[in-house]
Amino acid sequence: MVNVTLDGKKIQVEEGTTILQAADKLDVKIPTLCYHPLLDPYAACRVCVVEASVKGKTDLVTSCNTKVLEGMEVKTASERALKARKLNVEMLMAQAPAAEPVKEIAKELGITKTRFEIKDPNEKCILCGLCVRTCTDVVGAEAISFIERGKDRTVAPPFNEPSEACIGCTACAYFCPTQAIVFEDKYGREIIHDELHLGPVTAIRVPIRQAVPMVPFIDKDACIHFKTEQCKLCEKVCEPEAINHAMEDEVMEIDVGSIIIATGYDIFDAKKNAVYGYGRLDNVLSGLDFERLCNAGGPTGGNILLKDGRKPESVAILHCVGSRDRNYNEWCSRVCCMYAMKFAHLVREKTGAKVHEFYIDIRAFGKGYEEFYNRLMEEDVIFIRGKGAEVTDVAETPEEEGKLVVVCEDTLLGLVRRVPVDMVLLGNGLEPRRDADEIARKFNIGCSHEGFFLERHPKLGPVHTASDGIFLAGACQGPKDIPDTVAQAGAAASEAMAMADRGTFELEPITSFINEELCGACKTCVALCPYTAITFDEEKNVSVVEEALCKGCGTCVAACPAGAATQHGFDDEEMFAEIEGALSVV
Amino acid sequence: MSEKLKIGLYWAASCGGCEIAVLEIKEKILDVAAACDILFWPVALDFKYKDVEAMPDKHMDVVLFNGAIRTSEQEHLAKLLRQKCKVLVAYGSCASEGCIPGLANLYSRQSILDRVFKETPSTDNPNGTMPQLKVKVDEGELCLPEFYERVDTLAQTVDVDYFVPGCPPVADQTWAALEAIVSGKLPPKGSIVGAGEKTVCDDCERKREEKKIKKFYRPWEIIADNEKCFLEQGIICAGPATRDGCGTPCIKGNMPCRGCYGPPPEVVDQGAKLLSALGSIVDSTDPDEIQRVVGEIVDPVGYCYRFGLPNSMLRRAKVG
Repeated sequence: MVNVTLDGKKIQVEEGTTILQAADKLDVKIPTLCYHPLLDPYAACRVCVVEASVKGKTDLVTSCNTKVLEGMEVKTASERALKARKLNVEMLMAQAPAAEPVKEIAKELGITKTRFEIKDPNEKCILCGLCVRTCTDVVGAEAISFIERGKDRTVAPPFNEPSEACIGCTACAYFCPTQAIVFEDKYGREIIHDELHLGPVTAIRVPIRQAVPMVPFIDKDACIHFKTEQCKLCEKVCEPEAINHAMEDEVMEIDVGSIIIATGYDIFDAKKNAVYGYGRLDNVLSGLDFERLCNAGGPTGGNILLKDGRKPESVAILHCVGSRDRNYNEWCSRVCCMYAMKFAHLVREKTGAKVHEFYIDIRAFGKGYEEFYNRLMEEDVIFIRGKGAEVTDVAETPEEEGKLVVVCEDTLLGLVRRVPVDMVLLGNGLEPRRDADEIARKFNIGCSHEGFFLERHPKLGPVHTASDGIFLAGACQGPKDIPDTVAQAGAAASEAMAMADRGTFELEPITSFINEELCGACKTCVALCPYTAITFDEEKNVSVVEEALCKGCGTCVAACPAGAATQHGFDDEEMFAEIEGALSVV
Repeated sequence: MSEKLKIGLYWAASCGGCEIAVLEIKEKILDVAAACDILFWPVALDFKYKDVEAMPDKHMDVVLFNGAIRTSEQEHLAKLLRQKCKVLVAYGSCASEGCIPGLANLYSRQSILDRVFKETPSTDNPNGTMPQLKVKVDEGELCLPEFYERVDTLAQTVDVDYFVPGCPPVADQTWAALEAIVSGKLPPKGSIVGAGEKTVCDDCERKREEKKIKKFYRPWEIIADNEKCFLEQGIICAGPATRDGCGTPCIKGNMPCRGCYGPPPEVVDQGAKLLSALGSIVDSTDPDEIQRVVGEIVDPVGYCYRFGLPNSMLRRAKVG
């Protein structure tokens, strides 16, 4: 430990501590510009100059990079120190007259103008090199550097051309003390509403505010360390030392007796149907966008706001977006009527805005649902029977100016209406997840024609699949609300438990077999079997069906060109007899 | 010495290749000649139909009948020879299954006659003259056999004792069949003789792995790897749906099997089986893509039913 005196106050600090750090502990403020606690000190701006004496020797030193010595006496605001600091600041004012932090320090020091020649009144860069050190020492990209010397010195990428070495991390702009480096969108894009609340995120973050467990993770695609192998600033600031960049994702193989597939759904992408203006018009939100907007943990703290920050005065809610629509998805998504009405309730409660619901039919089929519908009508929600045909910002009348207009055919009034509103919420329908095909192949289960996973039997096996031990729960099997999903998941869990508990399972009697005498070893069947029940016996030079795996689908039987594969109960003779029987009545 | 075996050979709707195939046994034909008296062989020897008609019933021991039945003359001879021989052999693919002449079952009689006598670019028939069964000319009445609506196999016309498949049957198998007949070691009636009991794949020496096809090629479209399974290269090979026994001469010549030995023992319809197998090996799970890939097969009937249309469940296309 080292004993020092700073502006008359005594303090004991660890060896290696700088004067600036010691001053910080005593709450003595020394102005700095080029200093950043996460980077090694460089002493470029020289604003932090102080007077220090050791063993009778006194000198001016920069406090950011001068380490304290035993018995050192520091004066941060001695006449000599202040004089030097003022001179340095005056020179910085001449170099970067537009730099606000320099002006602030000058004001504190009582300097009104510089005595030196001003080269460029708009210059903000004080040539402290913090950006260059950030790019080189932290990021490791080495995309910018000082060029030229003396009065021509400046910071630039190689040859002053846009550099491919730059990874666009914006760290230089973040560290720049005078905002001399700014990032601008090359195309002048504005942030639109949906990006505002589902917008850019950091490379290290917690997935959502309600995440369980509430633990941050590193997004390798965005993290600078995984681009340049440097940075690791997060490691430096994390006091419990919980961050380890060397950790790798692990693929674990776990043996299980049964699997419940509950992969959920995607919502219909309303951009597919341009009439809704989703993604094109401001204040047109999808169901999930709105859920995020009115979530208490969301970007507005749960306040329902327009893009410009105003509260909406009128809101339209469109049902059946991409659902019950022959051009997109023909099925009813079952949940949208109710969530659309929930939206209406939330909007009424939180904003008092006028709410219009555009519907084909209200399908309020669940327990308490019809009552909720009635309640909404009492809450003065306006129900218009007619599908929202178009959302437009083209005004035809003065009251439509600056509004979104929902066009629809009101089938109760028998006329086409134009309803001007501030905000449009879409009741997006439910779709199979985009990777449903892949999952189906992986688990050897089927998909119905619309793409949801196929249960073994719609009435008798609603949680089973064609593969024993694979069960379904939730919207992956078809659009479903939460109570139905919970019920199905419970059933799936008990079926899985029952099967694991029994330890055995029954085979179907209709398995396939391959007649060794007829098999020509063409191997057509081997790759075809969806249950990988067929192997090739190299010794006998024939294909063999493993009966325990065979589900009797008959794919190999149909494909076998040699007629060697046959299915119990479905051989040619039996099939012909059945056909003849069926035709005999004709 | 016992009496020599009396044999006859006849050529109906076929290309004549089977007749040549008989001679392909080379010098062994002398053994046949030593053991047999050939009583009827219009292609090689000058016999008349009236000679056959004059024979007592079952006079000949064996008749090798090649060719399908397309005309009244062929039907007449088939019935006549059946009557005059003890063992009638459907020799070759045409007699057994219908073969190339059988592909005419894709068209109606009228459309065939119109095409041949009126429509082909080289036809000069301004009066639209069509063949007639009987025509009176100065010298008397001329007769032509009737051209039937459909091509039938020999067995669809008369009772057949044995079948020798192949287009044409390979020499070894012809000899094996003849030897069996000469030695009197005959299999049960209705048997297919001179062929194996598995598929061509069983004899094929090419390397087989996984059949996953993104595109089907016709043999001239790519240069085939001569060690790899044709189907795995996307070249349609009828081998998996074809009875073995030929010794795979086509495949050894780096051409895919065309299927002339007919369906394997347990297969009812060779073409259906081959089509089903082709549809199954397309490397896709998207029905539209599978449809497209299979749809690109040029002339699927020609590929899959080249040798067996009249003997298949289809028998003929629905025409008219």
